Formats: sequence, structure tokens, C-alpha cells
Amino acid sequence: MTEPVGIALVFPELLGTYGDGGNALVLQRRLQWRGIEARVIAVGVDDPVPSSCDVYVLGGGEDAPQTLATERLTAHGFDQAVARGAVVFGVCAGFQILGRSFTGADGTQQPGLGVLDCTTRPKGTRMIGELVVEATALQLPLLTGFENHGGITELGADATPFGRVLVGSGNGAAGVEGVVTGRVMGTYLHGPALARNPALADLLLSWVVGPLEPLDDHVVDRLREERLHAALGRRHRG
Amino acid sequence: MPSTPPRRPRRTSARTRVAASLGRAASALSRRLGRGSGSVVGARVTLALAPGALDELATGWRVATVSGTNGKSTTTAFLRAACEAGGATVASNIEGSNLRSGVVALLTSARAKDADVAVLEMDELALPTMLPSFDAPVVVLLNLSRDQLDRFGEVRTVAARWRDVLGRHPAVVVANADDPLVVWGAGTAADVTFVGVGLRWRLDAVSCPNCGGRIASTERDWWCEECELRRPTGYELAGDELRSADGRVVARLQPGVPGAHNVGNAALAVVAAEKMGVAIDVGAQAVASVTSVSGRYGSVTVGRATARLLLAKNPAGWRELLAMTEHEDRPALVAINARIADGKDPSWLWDVEYERLHGRKVVAAGERAADLAVRLHYAEVPCEVWKGTLVERLRAFDEPEVDVLANYTAFADLVRELKLV
Repeated sequence: MTEPVGIALVFPELLGTYGDGGNALVLQRRLQWRGIEARVIAVGVDDPVPSSCDVYVLGGGEDAPQTLATERLTAHGFDQAVARGAVVFGVCAGFQILGRSFTGADGTQQPGLGVLDCTTRPKGTRMIGELVVEATALQLPLLTGFENHGGITELGADATPFGRVLVGSGNGAAGVEGVVTGRVMGTYLHGPALARNPALADLLLSWVVGPLEPLDDHVVDRLREERLHAALGRRHRG
Repeated sequence: MPSTPPRRPRRTSARTRVAASLGRAASALSRRLGRGSGSVVGARVTLALAPGALDELATGWRVATVSGTNGKSTTTAFLRAACEAGGATVASNIEGSNLRSGVVALLTSARAKDADVAVLEMDELALPTMLPSFDAPVVVLLNLSRDQLDRFGEVRTVAARWRDVLGRHPAVVVANADDPLVVWGAGTAADVTFVGVGLRWRLDAVSCPNCGGRIASTERDWWCEECELRRPTGYELAGDELRSADGRVVARLQPGVPGAHNVGNAALAVVAAEKMGVAIDVGAQAVASVTSVSGRYGSVTVGRATARLLLAKNPAGWRELLAMTEHEDRPALVAINARIADGKDPSWLWDVEYERLHGRKVVAAGERAADLAVRLHYAEVPCEVWKGTLVERLRAFDEPEVDVLANYTAFADLVRELKLV
């Protein structure tokens, strides 16, 4: 009997503004439905961040909680989990935290965790709306989600974007969205991202447990069709 | 209202009078064209012609305002009932007209002519822009939580705007002691009375709005670990007993609409009514008479089924509603839209414990039924997806009792279909 797959939901009180806790539930269910044991560990702000989990999920949050979350993650040696090869999926504030730096609530530049080679600065206006991305680098079908952020994220030489933005702003620079480096991903896709993009969820899971049997996703397919049609209109074919 | 002085005569400039009459003409036209009651359309015309109209129209009114994320309409109905029980003739805006245009529409309307008190529901962001027009209003601050994030941005920003206007403009504030964002938002007011109503939703107040530090909490207390922000003292609600700061039971609150959250709303309303000159026990009796608010909590019979109509606008509201209906086994028709008034991003569905619907027959409906169906899929709650109108689906139930749980515009559509308002 192998250990259940451990999915850490990092600081849901601080990084849970946009329902992104749903990403952890999606990962857990997609393993369970395939007969693989999985558990979600919600990590509270005062708890030590467990170093032994297989997947770490970070969600969106407001400015002050984002700074607090970064401080706690740095103090708890989160980088060791990353060095060990854990899968990390950061959304919005959770994405910005993973980069080298971001602008905090007080307007000063603050160090991020430096796990991804990117930096975030404020744009001055918020980018809000449906986001559709060609996930060329991930070799996945179109990614769909909803973005709501004020940060422009610029990528360094070591960072690969998911791909080209078809609708929306994404990173807000270079017409691309997201970052993937090894097993660490950052994205502006809410929805939650893994609920609206089961192929992305399965890609993350395959990094932990290997190739996966397909699931019956017709309920999700109906939603994807609806959202992609709403965002792309007639440009979308199937 | 015995202690109320007679209202000062209302004097308005020629410009505002002309603008108001043209606004009323536009209302009438809009009504004839079948575009609803038309009053808000008319008010927009008035405001376009006389942008400062509210300042003049507000003169002479004794005013109470109600604002916050959840419970505005119900608390407004409670406060209105309490003021009427105290002898006042009250003008009050109906739900959905809680922006400047809605308030102007009310104050220029025929039904406002004979009223001496205005009880105004105000949108959270509109409150700070309208407050300076009123002379020492009573201001009820309920709660702040995530809602329409694409419109409001961060919840803290809303509290900061409250803070700013209350520091500049005199008001008599009645505020929820259990919401750190509200306590901070009310912190600059010179005259503030706090009411501890209990708060189940704390996810939006984990970090201190004042300093960014961590908010620690126990069952009945909370404080910031870094700065001086902490739960203030004042009235306390325990069960249905409202106690004053010295521990005396001043009222028993048994509002005519269900849910523990509505007992809290009633507590804030009767304390606010006292500031308007209505004795607390008179207010407490009045809130018991409020049994339905704009169709909410009411029941209708459609086909074979009697449907209970329940509205929840955001995760905190859904939490209250699902807790209230948890022990029911009747079918649940759940309708979700994501129009501007709902917030265009329904990601919040994942903050709501729809797992609590387990064991009930569930029908997912509304314009975003597909989003709800995915949420229910991962909650392992089987559901039927319905694309038609709610009334059509209600007709098809064989069960004698059904709950309709809907978010804001989905609920408004249903009420319109049923012609309840």
C-alpha cells in the first residue's frame, strides 16, 4: 500500500480570494475517481508548511495577505519542497509570490520566493475578464479562465510561458500567459483553473503518479464549450 | 415618532425642480414603453440635468442608511418597519435601486411627498459618495465580504472609503462589532455604537485591514496581533436576546424571516431605530412583523409544488442559506447567473460548500448552470441541468415542496416571472 498523494492547500485564509481552493479539490477527486488515494492538507497561517507533500496549490489574494503569505513561506523553508521536486501550482497572487519580486501593498518592491524567473509590477489598472490561452508549451488544448489582477509579470530568460493569449491580458506583457519551469507553474487563470481545464489538472497529476486513464469529463466539456464560445465567439470551432 | 422635530421645508432650486420634472416625464415615457417602473431612468435624466440634485433633495430629511455586503434589503425592511411602528411616515427605496439614481428617484417620487423619514438602502461603494449630502444621518454598517470582485476590487478598499467619509462628515453610526473590516471602516466616526451579532464568515478578514498583521479570534472575540484594532464593546446579541453594554436584556428578537443572520440584522436595525427615536422594544415588535422582503423568504405555489424562495448573493450569504436548509430533503432548484450585478466571475462557487446539498434532488439552472454543474460534479452531488426558465421547471416538479436557491439577478428574474413585485 503506497502513501496517499498529499496535496497542500497553502494558506487558504490568505490566498483564497477567488475560489482557487477548488484547484486542490479537483486534483484530489481526479485521483480518487481513478482509484488513487489522495488527501488535501489545508495549511493554516500559523501551521508549519509540510515539506513532504506531492503538490502545493497557492491561490489568489489581496495585497497585504500576499506579503504576509510570502513572509511565512520564506520562514518555513518552502524552497526545500520545491528543490525536492514537488509540483507547485500558483494562481494570481500565488503566481506572483513564486517570482523574484512583486510590488506590495505599500508600493515598495518586495522579494518573492524566487522559484520562477519572473518579476511583477503594477499596471495601474486591473485586467478583468475571460482569458483564453494557447497552451503550446504544455501541449494542451486551449486553456480557459477568468482573470482579475493588476500586475504585469515579465519573464526572465529561464522562464517559459504557457503560450499565446487569444483573449484577455494574461501576464500583461509580450502577449503571453503563465510560466512553467520544471514542475512549477504560475498562472493568472481563475475559474478555478483546474476545474475549467481538466487536461491541465491531469498534466500536474501525471508528474506525480505517471500516465493516467481518461475520465468521463462531459460535464466539464459542456462548460468549456460554453466559456470558449463566449470568449472567442465565432472564431472558436469545436 | 414622538421626539422627532417637524421636518424643515424642502427648498430646491429652479434648476433641480425643472430637472426633476423632466426626470418624471422620462419615467412616465419609460413606463409607457413597457420598460419597468421607469423611476431610475427618470432619476438619471434628473441627475444629467442637475448633477448636484441630491444635495438639494436631501435637505430636510431625517435619514437612516443601511449598507454592507449582505442583509441590506432585509435590514432596511426591519428599520423601515421599526420607524413606522414609532409613528413615522417612511419613504424607502426598493432593492436594486440603491445607487445615487435610485435614491434620487425615491426623493423625487410622489410617495416621498408625505414622508418625514427616509430609510435608504445604499450600495457599499455608493454610500461614501452620497453620505455628505445628508445632515447627520444614522448609518448602519452590516458587514463586508467578497462580492462582485470584478467591480469592487479588494474588500479592504471599500472599508477604506467608509473610513474616509466618516472621518469628514458627521453621522450617527451603528456598526457590526464582529466584522474587523466594518470596525476599521467605522473607526473614524465620532459617534459610533457597536453591536456584536456574531459572524460566521471570517475569510475576508484574516489579515488586519489597519496594519496587515494577523487577526486572531475566538468564538466571541477577535483582535489584531500587531496593532490596537480589536473587537469593540457595545450591545451584544446572544441567541435572540439583545443586551446593552451593561448586560441588561433590552429586547428579544424574533424577526418574521428565518435564519440566525437575520436575528443579527434585526439587532442592528432596532439599535439604529433607537437612534431615530424609536424605543427598542417597539422596534423589536416591528421586526417580528416583517415576513418577506421583495419576495425573499416568501412561498409561491407553481403547478403542484409550493416553492420557498431563497436568495444568496455571495459565499457568505450562501453559507447562511445552506446552513438554514441543511436538514431539508425537498428538492433544490439552484439558479446561478453571472451578470454585472452578480459579478461576472462565478469562481466563488468553489468557496461555497455545495456538498451540503448531498442527498437532495438538485437541479442546476440559470445562465451559469454549466459552472454550477461542474462545481456539483466535484462535490459529488448529482444534478440535472435545466436550460429553461425557473417557472417552467417549477411546474414540472411532482414533489409538494421545493426550495429555490438563487443568486441576485437569477432571483430578480424569478420574482419578475412570478410577478411578485
